[in-house]
Amino acid sequence: MADQTLNAEGLNCPLPILRAKKAIKGMSSGQILEIRATDPGSVADFAAFCNQTGNALVSSSSEGDIYKFEIKVS
Amino acid sequence: MLDAKNIENAKSMSIIVTKGSLDWAYPPFILGTTAAAMDVDVTMFFTFYGLPLLKKELNLKFTPLGNPAMEMPMMGGHMAMPNIVGMLPGVGAAAGTMMKNLIKKKGVASIEELREAAVEAEVKMIGCQMTLDLFEYKREDMIDEMEIGGAATYMEKALQSDINLFI
Repeated sequence: MADQTLNAEGLNCPLPILRAKKAIKGMSSGQILEIRATDPGSVADFAAFCNQTGNALVSSSSEGDIYKFEIKVS
Repeated sequence: MLDAKNIENAKSMSIIVTKGSLDWAYPPFILGTTAAAMDVDVTMFFTFYGLPLLKKELNLKFTPLGNPAMEMPMMGGHMAMPNIVGMLPGVGAAAGTMMKNLIKKKGVASIEELREAAVEAEVKMIGCQMTLDLFEYKREDMIDEMEIGGAATYMEKALQSDINLFI
């Protein structure tokens, strides 16, 4: 279960990343942030974001037009 | 400024911002805020027509003039605008309104929103002293977060940065 969820549906680049970063800042290490987005570019962007920031991308999936990501805060 | 000393693999980036129209304001603010979100230490240097992007009150304009690559989505197709049409009274303002509506409809951030995010992420924003002088901008009309500097201030940052962009 996610500790926090972020609804980034309808937001375009780079807003999902900026909102996610803001959420992560307020969370503690080991907690899970779940993000729901509709921007197809967010699939590559969240992978790159996690790669660079050291937060773990636990899952990246899609259901219809919704992209779902789970990030474990480092 | 982000304290990058304690972050492993910390990077830094500088951007020279020279253009202040609605469309050209996007690349520097998108890259600056995103880099900051990725723990990059970001410095933006606003000079010439980029400097108005640091005014407290933003009123960004857009023009299709001299931009043959601009194609607005229109009724399932795309519409470019010949310069002679773009020069007609009211056409520039109408194109600007169209652009702002499109931005809102597509969930793209406004420049105001991105600038706010840059301030929150402690992006260092330097206003060019020479440009302030040249175009007679007042310090009090610019945002409080603006620092003032010149070419040497920028160069010092650029020499320490992993990425330097000119936009």
